[in-house]
Amino acid sequence: MSAAVEVEALEVSLDRTPILTGVDLSVSAGEWVNVVGPNGAGKTTLLRALLGLVAYDGKVHIDGLSSQRRSVRAQHLAYVPQSPVIPQGMLVGDYVLLGRTPHRGIFAAETATDTRIATEVLERLDLGGFGERAVQSLSGGERQRAVLARALAQQTPILLLDEPTTALDLGHQQDVLDLVDRLRRERGLTVIATLHDLTLAARYGDRVAILSEGRVAACGPPDGVLTVDSIAQHFGAHVRVLRDSDGPVIVPTATTSAHATSAAPAGRAATQNGDHS
Amino acid sequence: MRANGASGAACASGIQLQASALRARALVAGVVAVVIAVVAGLTIGPAGIPAHRVLMELADLLPGIAVESGLNDAHKAIVTDIRLPRVVLGLLVGATLATSGATYQAAFRNPLADPYLLGIAAGAGLGATIAIVNDIGDGAGVFDLVPIAAFGGALGAVTVAYLAGHIGGRSTASLILAGIAVASFLAACQTYLLQANADAFRRILAWLLGRIATSGWAEPALLLPYFLVTTAIMLRYRRALDVLAVGDEEAAALGLEPRRIRLIVLLAASLGAAAAVSVSGLISFVGIIVPHAIRLVFGTSNRILLPLSVLFGAAFLVLADLTARTVLSPAELPIGVVTAFLGAPFFVFVLRTSRREIW
Repeated sequence: MSAAVEVEALEVSLDRTPILTGVDLSVSAGEWVNVVGPNGAGKTTLLRALLGLVAYDGKVHIDGLSSQRRSVRAQHLAYVPQSPVIPQGMLVGDYVLLGRTPHRGIFAAETATDTRIATEVLERLDLGGFGERAVQSLSGGERQRAVLARALAQQTPILLLDEPTTALDLGHQQDVLDLVDRLRRERGLTVIATLHDLTLAARYGDRVAILSEGRVAACGPPDGVLTVDSIAQHFGAHVRVLRDSDGPVIVPTATTSAHATSAAPAGRAATQNGDHS
Repeated sequence: MRANGASGAACASGIQLQASALRARALVAGVVAVVIAVVAGLTIGPAGIPAHRVLMELADLLPGIAVESGLNDAHKAIVTDIRLPRVVLGLLVGATLATSGATYQAAFRNPLADPYLLGIAAGAGLGATIAIVNDIGDGAGVFDLVPIAAFGGALGAVTVAYLAGHIGGRSTASLILAGIAVASFLAACQTYLLQANADAFRRILAWLLGRIATSGWAEPALLLPYFLVTTAIMLRYRRALDVLAVGDEEAAALGLEPRRIRLIVLLAASLGAAAAVSVSGLISFVGIIVPHAIRLVFGTSNRILLPLSVLFGAAFLVLADLTARTVLSPAELPIGVVTAFLGAPFFVFVLRTSRREIW
């Protein structure tokens, strides 16, 4: 498979502070890669560099991209930001139609094709009856789907998701990621997502990349990357990694609370902690 | 799959029909408002000319129509040389201020933004004050320098605010703060001049409160090109302003250049507003109340809001001017007093009765 996104020696500094100091990442067409890493590791900055929203050194190659112009880039990459700005008073239908901007240009009225695509996406994401409602009146889960709908209306081969499950309960987290997975298979999308929840990162997608101290510290199938050692090293977290048929399950272990000593003897927790190290 | 596609298409055309029907209704309402305002502005006045004769006289002005209105020459002159230019100037000033206001609010994503946000009012006020205290205008000759000084002051203030705002950072907040700083400074200068020249006080105050006064067609002709060019630019960018509503970052991810778009629309809005205040003085509230009332009734989409601001802004100011020249007739109220006195309660009424949330 050809690489849909190829990143080599990517360096980004914000306000003269180096954020990314040499990221290498190659994502194949149709693949789903989850980027994990501690706060401040530069996950969002990596996505913003792919989108051309920050200045960078190094190489970012987007397959089929004929020009560096923003409007062209927006026909290849759709972006679901971590905290989307919800415009006051805007209707869901109009909001999703914004996704058609890269195709119609900023001066032209939307065509019948644009409205058809927006309507189809709304139906597909179970927002069919929501077109005339204000976006800010939606619940958290519906809102997340509306933002996803806008990105899908862009009809790009590559989808960039920045913490798409923040602010959602467990059920809605699953709904959104299941939906992305189904859409990926239906449409052959390439997905790059940043996630905080390591278990979710292991469940969904093909590979996990740990971004730490400005570079990709490890990248590969979840089993090989999400280990007790690597999580301790890059996240400073004490965890147990359980295995089940669907992949690793990352469970934090309490290190200081009374819970750890009363509910489970400290020695036993330590032993289990060591099982996989 | 096939059935799915068909139902999707049917649904899509349903949404589109609904939206375009709503838009058409809103535009018709705007045109009706303008027609009512124009007819009222032309027929109501101290001369007591019957309304139907005024309308016949107007019809006679249209190309290809010849109607004998039965008006005598003096009455004809009142309609075509006094009332008509004044109504046209009211239309142009109102449309320009309301559209500029809507554009400012969209560009800054701020409901409190109005065309005077970046110092246009203070700059124009200072320019006009300088011209008046130096007695270099207001009917002194063929060239009235007060509007020119006001125009220069307004553009100078916006330019300084824009440059200063970009030095402090590139966010819209720093631009707004720079505008406030520039406006305060210029207002202080203007107040100083005002205090030092007490004899010119009344003339300066009258200018500051605004009026739609014409001497023949000079003022409408002066404003018309600015209105046409700046409104065309603002209307052309109305869809881009809808995209900017999701913030610069997301707008850029959707393929736009938010900073460039903001610069262009703010230039157009500022130029239009500067031209409007230079002929009419500082008419307050129009740029903020008219767009918000439209949002409350017809929704927040700039696609609809900007064209409607042209129409309702024009109608509102003509009616406000009609009130200004009739309630104390033969004396005239400053139009700024009327826009605030009538506009503010009307706005509160719309705010209370609307079920929409706009910001």
